[in-house]
Amino acid sequence: MKNTLDIAQAWRSDGEPLVHIENADLMPLPAPLDNLAMDRPWKPLSAQAKEKYESGLDDTCAVSVPRPKNEDEERRLVAQFLAGLEKLFTADNNWTFLQPLLLTMEHCTHCQTCAESCHIFEASGRNELYRPVFRSELLRRLYFKYIKHGGLVSAWQHGEIELNWPLVARLIELSYRCNLCRRCAQSCPIGADNGLVAHELRKLFSQEMGIAAKELHEQGSMLQLKVGSSTGMTAEVVKDNIDFIDEDMSERTGIEVHTPWDVEGAEVLLLHNAGEIMAWPENPGAFALILNMAGVNWTMSSELAGYDSINYGLWYDDVQFARVALKHAEIARKLKVKKIVLGECGHAHKALCVVADRLLGGELNIPRESSLTLLRDIVMSGRIQFDPARNDFPVTLHDPCNLVRLMGVVEPQREVLRMLCPGFREMEPHGVNNYCCGGGSGFAIMSGHNFPDWRFQVAGRKKMQQVLEAFSDCIGPETPKYLCAPCSNCKGQLRDMLAYYKLWERNRILYGGFVELIVNAMVDVKPGFLEWEWR
Amino acid sequence: MTVAVYLSIYAGLLVFILGSVLRIVQYARTPIHLRWELYPVPHEEGRRAEHGGSYFESGNWWARPRRPSRIGELRAMIPEIAFLKALWEFNRGLWYASFLFHGGLYLTVATVLLLFVSIALPGAAGGTTLFWLHALYNVTGYAAVAMTLMGAMGLLFRRLADPELKNYTSPADLFNLHFFIVAYGLVAAGYLVRPENSAGAAECIRALVRFDTSVRVGRGFGAGLILSSILLAYIPFTHMAHFIAKYFTYHLVRWDDRPNVRGGTIESRVAGHLARRPTWSAAHIGADGEKTWAQLATANPAAEVRK
Repeated sequence: MKNTLDIAQAWRSDGEPLVHIENADLMPLPAPLDNLAMDRPWKPLSAQAKEKYESGLDDTCAVSVPRPKNEDEERRLVAQFLAGLEKLFTADNNWTFLQPLLLTMEHCTHCQTCAESCHIFEASGRNELYRPVFRSELLRRLYFKYIKHGGLVSAWQHGEIELNWPLVARLIELSYRCNLCRRCAQSCPIGADNGLVAHELRKLFSQEMGIAAKELHEQGSMLQLKVGSSTGMTAEVVKDNIDFIDEDMSERTGIEVHTPWDVEGAEVLLLHNAGEIMAWPENPGAFALILNMAGVNWTMSSELAGYDSINYGLWYDDVQFARVALKHAEIARKLKVKKIVLGECGHAHKALCVVADRLLGGELNIPRESSLTLLRDIVMSGRIQFDPARNDFPVTLHDPCNLVRLMGVVEPQREVLRMLCPGFREMEPHGVNNYCCGGGSGFAIMSGHNFPDWRFQVAGRKKMQQVLEAFSDCIGPETPKYLCAPCSNCKGQLRDMLAYYKLWERNRILYGGFVELIVNAMVDVKPGFLEWEWR
Repeated sequence: MTVAVYLSIYAGLLVFILGSVLRIVQYARTPIHLRWELYPVPHEEGRRAEHGGSYFESGNWWARPRRPSRIGELRAMIPEIAFLKALWEFNRGLWYASFLFHGGLYLTVATVLLLFVSIALPGAAGGTTLFWLHALYNVTGYAAVAMTLMGAMGLLFRRLADPELKNYTSPADLFNLHFFIVAYGLVAAGYLVRPENSAGAAECIRALVRFDTSVRVGRGFGAGLILSSILLAYIPFTHMAHFIAKYFTYHLVRWDDRPNVRGGTIESRVAGHLARRPTWSAAHIGADGEKTWAQLATANPAAEVRK
């Protein structure tokens, strides 16, 4: 099937998937996953799901768009899409990204340089459907036909396209087959940005048609705006959990840990991804311990959204994005803190430090900083004593795209790891040239139907290859190994992938955060903070 | 023929300039966008530019002076513009033909500039200078034609033979490459076989500047020049105007890491856009064409159900 997909197939109306993926087609993985027999078969999409939801793209379904009941409904949806398409190219509706979008629409030369950089395209065995330009080309042809009204000249100049419901339905799904890691944009000689195209398509579907992955919208940004966190935790629940974490940390480390709440005038407002509090409590616990020992005047906030740094709007909806970012800034303003520090969450970093920067005017423009920078400064300051021998095991570092390629925080975490972890080794490539974990843009929390199979086998495959290669000299189970991921979503994706391939059970590859390694090396902490237990 | 050649060159140049200016104005007038930079950003200071770091790597970065390095930008721009560095690094297979093609275009511009210099030099400049100039524009001119033709044919071959490129190649892409091949081919052939009493390149330029119609331009050479003028006029209206787009994509998107500061120009420019009135239709947006972007961004669609 691969390399035979003509772009005109995208609007064919049989409703059948455009491609079918076999494990044998995928990019090979190194040992111990080099044996196809050990590979996991895909769970097929159920007949019920196929009947109920649009699934005409590939073997999976990410958004679960209900099939229209009749042709009238199809026509109405296509008209909605067209209205949204027009708005996407107007300054009143889309001033936020109009300039880079226009540049990308009008200047791609189809040289396919981007394809060589895309981990999804490569891992899929160069499946044409996942070529970065495949998605962009559909939007580009629609742009020239319906926005620039190019008529026959447009078809000659930019290619044919037929707008119908099957095409719109496929575009909805296709906008959720990109991690928005923008590695393709980094390599584009022109500066066109296929990641932005996926982002803008998701925006059109959400802001005009009310269509988005439920994990990002209903269970994501809407839940956060309703109760304060996409985890569903209210302020009371979070405070209870943090109390428990403080207690547990005190016991495990032998040092009294206390988390301050709503301290007016604090130097630092620490924003965690609330997922850490639920799934990896040792992470916020380790932060509290380090900040207290370093004498930092810090606080957490119990205001709505103040205890959850996530901002899923970043991936699909500018208005939802702005709403959450403004809430975070408003909380900091009310507390009169000197700066906001983001915990280990890549997209929260990029959302609040970078993308929201121009939305935060006047008193809301409160300085924002990465926790990796603050932690590096604390570690290097000599205020805390460390024993690197406690971290004497192989450690490799995953670079979250949002923190590294999209924000430029590359070295602080490395300075610490080089100092505290004698067995630190890089993945190749790394830094700003890293590969996404496969969970980017919301995939890490999207688990509908058989989407996890696609997420692990395709989107995360390149990262899996990198991890295995980084540990190739000690891949056996006799050596415990630590995969450090200073990002909550990446950590979730890596946890799920390591479990999927049984790499903890068989090869003793454990994943974890960054701050845990710092605490594990602290001389004043009871030895054995890292418990080498699967979570 | 001579008048037709002059008119087409002037018209081609005029349309090219107007079309390019229109493109520049179109992009320059689009609103300031949210930050969307991509690292490495080459104007970062010192070592940071090498590893792709940003000012976010410094504690309390907002309290430190920011000194973007223009030299750093030039270090990235010159290899990209002159040698197509990104293509060399990420798509070596296509680089050879593309470099020949773009190199040929650069040499074409260089040749025209050298021809202007040669006719602008006063007679007192002496025969030696003119001799070397003549030799130089001959070399650049022949190299320009040879490289452009080889590059265009190489790109055409790739577009026709490589299935990965073919699927995304429109009829216009093929037409554009053919257009270059025919225009350059005709200029070269017409020049080489021009009648003895017809003008060469320098005479043509000199006569063009003075609109001297007494000079005879050979038919083949003249037809090549007319076709080339049409090609020149056509470029700004196609994706081949990426020489304009690249300024914006690099300087105003990829490398635009200017932080928003209180009371600064970015803040005031964005304030104007926050007053825009969107019309998005999804219920959770709450747009009605009356509410401003700022009002929508400070509303909470989940608030009414909050207990």
